[in-house]
Amino acid sequence: MIKGMATTQPAVEVRGLRKRYGDLDAVGGVDFRVEAGEVFGLLGPNGAGKTTTVEILEGYRSRSAGTVSVLGHDPERRERALRERVGIVLQSTGMYRQLTVCEALTHWSRLYPHPRDVDEVIELAGLAGSRDVRTRRLSGGQLRRLDFALALIGDPELVFLDEPTTGFDPAARRAAWDTIRSLAQLGKTILLTTHYLDEAQALADRVAIIKGGRIVAEGAPSELGTGGSRYRVAWREPDGTLVEHETDDPTTLLHDVTAAALARGEQLAELSVSRPSLEDVYLDLTADESEAATPTPAVPAP
Amino acid sequence: MSTAALTWRQYRLERRMFWRNPSAAFFNFLLPLLFLALFGAVFSSDQKQLDVIVPGIAGMSVMSTTFSALAFNLTFLREAGILKRIRGTPLPGGAYLGGIALNAITNAVVQITLVVLAGRLFFGVHWPKEWPELALFIALGVACFASLGVAFSHLIPNFDSAPAYVNAVFLPVIFISGVFYDVSNTPVALKDVAEVLPLKHLIDGLSGAMVTGAGLGDNLTALAVVGAWALLGAVLAVRGFSWEGRRI
Repeated sequence: MIKGMATTQPAVEVRGLRKRYGDLDAVGGVDFRVEAGEVFGLLGPNGAGKTTTVEILEGYRSRSAGTVSVLGHDPERRERALRERVGIVLQSTGMYRQLTVCEALTHWSRLYPHPRDVDEVIELAGLAGSRDVRTRRLSGGQLRRLDFALALIGDPELVFLDEPTTGFDPAARRAAWDTIRSLAQLGKTILLTTHYLDEAQALADRVAIIKGGRIVAEGAPSELGTGGSRYRVAWREPDGTLVEHETDDPTTLLHDVTAAALARGEQLAELSVSRPSLEDVYLDLTADESEAATPTPAVPAP
Repeated sequence: MSTAALTWRQYRLERRMFWRNPSAAFFNFLLPLLFLALFGAVFSSDQKQLDVIVPGIAGMSVMSTTFSALAFNLTFLREAGILKRIRGTPLPGGAYLGGIALNAITNAVVQITLVVLAGRLFFGVHWPKEWPELALFIALGVACFASLGVAFSHLIPNFDSAPAYVNAVFLPVIFISGVFYDVSNTPVALKDVAEVLPLKHLIDGLSGAMVTGAGLGDNLTALAVVGAWALLGAVLAVRGFSWEGRRI
């Protein structure tokens, strides 16, 4: 019974989560689920409430209201049993400067009941060339790899990645993405926050767009762009004016428009049919107040 | 692994990291000896003064290795985000802080040993007369200044200002508490301040154990004052403890 239930239990479940600082709702009523084995992206501009949300799930902050379940535990109670099953990559953290990569991972591995092999993790994180280098000699990208390695050493079921590639050059980002993909291939559940749209698209199975402390859209990256399933049909009239139509039924519209044009003996210049991309949706949803520090009025999720 | 075993592992790690920075370790142990050598040279003709300085510098060593070092290190660990990282692992907070505290205590014991040895070998101070009393005062002094150091780290806003904050306490306190001279000759106002603070009493206790041979019965006030500060420090250290740096 209990085993059967455990398999259907989501890795993370958040309902009505609020975090209030004084009069300000940093997180103003957030609901989402992360299924086991899924890569879930929390996408939003800076100051949207991503880190606050994720730090509540990690057990660093208390919540003002709502229910939160992480692998069946309430993270606020800070149980060791939960921390043994979770790996955390924080937005920015330092490390002991006098230890080598291997020493740091070996020390960390003893904190967990069933750690992964140190050398295997070093390989996986792409640190094989820096195994015996002291961490103070590592580059920024290598330190980030060490963050991944330290989060992974305890063989966690769930990994939190808070803006894992912010400040990276394109090559380092690609390398980090590869590491994250290999984590997903190991069957880990991953909750990542990012303000890069392409990162969410590249990595996440599902994405929630958060803005002003609220989730304004949620779904698979491919579905999100088609909210409302509107198509846009556009062309240029012979007099040069651009005509745009939005429709749920582009077949009929195209048929009517092209038949009329042919009957008049005209061509429709620049005729196109398009669907809004995730980028359009994202920019649309987060357009105003992208640096929002104040709570915004509720935007109904589609 | 049990909490005790994890504490021990953390302690071993702290020791290893301490020695990884040999110049820092060297000066850490050299400083009290340097003070001893300087003041010893100044007062070399006066055995009574030397008898004051040796327990005085032993008391200073307790304060610098625990109070100053912990306030300083915790500020760094907090600001660097290392405490926050530790907080996200299964390591119990008590085991981590226990490891850090044991590291500071080891340094205190090593320094006092060096001071006692140097006092005996170079400055004609006798071997400590009351070993159990000496152990008791070192243990209590270490507990007191370690917990006060942790508590004081909560007041330090960032690592850049840590030396100023730490020295603003450390230097005046060692000056008025009789580290370098007999405090019975200082102005009443300063003496009153020193009477309220723990270092003067710790030095009284160490002096009784190391030099005068005054029994515990003669140092009950000292015991009570250091013990009271230890209690206060422990409460403040635990209550205000933060695993994260302030966001500025």
